[in-house]
Amino acid sequence: MSEPPNGSAAEQTVGPLLEAEDLSKHFGSTVALDGLSLRISGGEVVAVLGPSGSGKSTLLLCLAGVLLPDAGDVRYRGRSLVAVSDTVRTRLRRDEFGFVFQFGQLVPELTAADNVSLPLRLAGLRRGDAVGRAKEFLASLGVEEVANKRAGEMSGGQAQRVAVARALVTRPRVIFADEPTGSLDSTNGELVMELLVSTARRQASTVVIVTHEPQVAAYADREIVVRDGRLAHDAALV
Amino acid sequence: MSFGHTLLGLLEEGPQHGYELKHRYDEHFPGARPLPFGQVYATLARLHRDGLVDVAAVESGAGPDRKVYVITPAGVSEVDHWIDAPTPPGFVKSEVFSRVVVALLSGRDPDAVLDAQRAAHLAHMRDVTERRRNADLVGAMACDFELFHLEADVKWIQHAARRLEKERTRSRKGARS
Repeated sequence: MSEPPNGSAAEQTVGPLLEAEDLSKHFGSTVALDGLSLRISGGEVVAVLGPSGSGKSTLLLCLAGVLLPDAGDVRYRGRSLVAVSDTVRTRLRRDEFGFVFQFGQLVPELTAADNVSLPLRLAGLRRGDAVGRAKEFLASLGVEEVANKRAGEMSGGQAQRVAVARALVTRPRVIFADEPTGSLDSTNGELVMELLVSTARRQASTVVIVTHEPQVAAYADREIVVRDGRLAHDAALV
Repeated sequence: MSFGHTLLGLLEEGPQHGYELKHRYDEHFPGARPLPFGQVYATLARLHRDGLVDVAAVESGAGPDRKVYVITPAGVSEVDHWIDAPTPPGFVKSEVFSRVVVALLSGRDPDAVLDAQRAAHLAHMRDVTERRRNADLVGAMACDFELFHLEADVKWIQHAARRLEKERTRSRKGARS
């Protein structure tokens, strides 16, 4: 495995890894976030709970620098994600963050190995090396048998494990997951969560999981509850 | 008499002393506290009286532990009946539910009760999830059983919070019109 793209430990900033300050976000007349503040430390596994429409997915996208808030700031390792240029934000997302969504969102024309090698190629690896690494990683997640299959030829559980592999293969510092088991039955859901969280812990990645599933939240070290765009509850689970 | 049936089922694995049965029970059905020996011996005495178990051997010494119990054919058919008959679905009494209702009726804050309880449930579910990782088949199934029941509580907690929220919105609107 290659070195993580996130530099040496000496470079670590003191303080939270990820910090949201007084975030507000509106979509038309709908208030998605209403002055929400939050700090997440390196290595934490955080479950974000809340009813549909509470703003939890918006929070995730703002923390990941995918959406920009109307007001407030998001800081990653002390650096504002709001103040930097699009190019810098895109590079940060690519190099430091991994994403898992409810439906794996694999590129349907590509095989599992090519899907997983994509982020490695974007990081500058040659195709042969990237695919080799992707195959090794798929094997470590127990889905080597689908390496040469396209998304449509896999079961939902296999596709979601491939999506987890794609999110984790670059050893990102932060993994953002939005309802990662939402499209799966309970057995596959358990399998995907075990892989996601155990691999993230091994790599010392921070994980932010948006979910309404209690058994998914039970993998976290901390629960935060978003209601009406605000932080309604914040509790350690360990 | 499901506890007696469970002991009978465990006796089908072969003749056993009371203390062996107790340990088998604690291993397969971990509870809040281990099974008291007294309950095992009292149940075995009743099963013996009803002809569902027999004493296969009595070893020398004192105390109830010197008896080795064996299941009788009547005991086996009792286990068959018990396993085949669906358990009547029952209402689950819950202290959480009572606390939320009393909080609501007495003008206290039911949301605070729900939030604190959800966090306590999730913390416990986290422990059970950890335990399941290294468990054998029966152990993993016991963890699943516990997790799905706890999950039902948490889903109710989440649903109750939404219902309270809806009710607040409704009464705010009612007050305005």
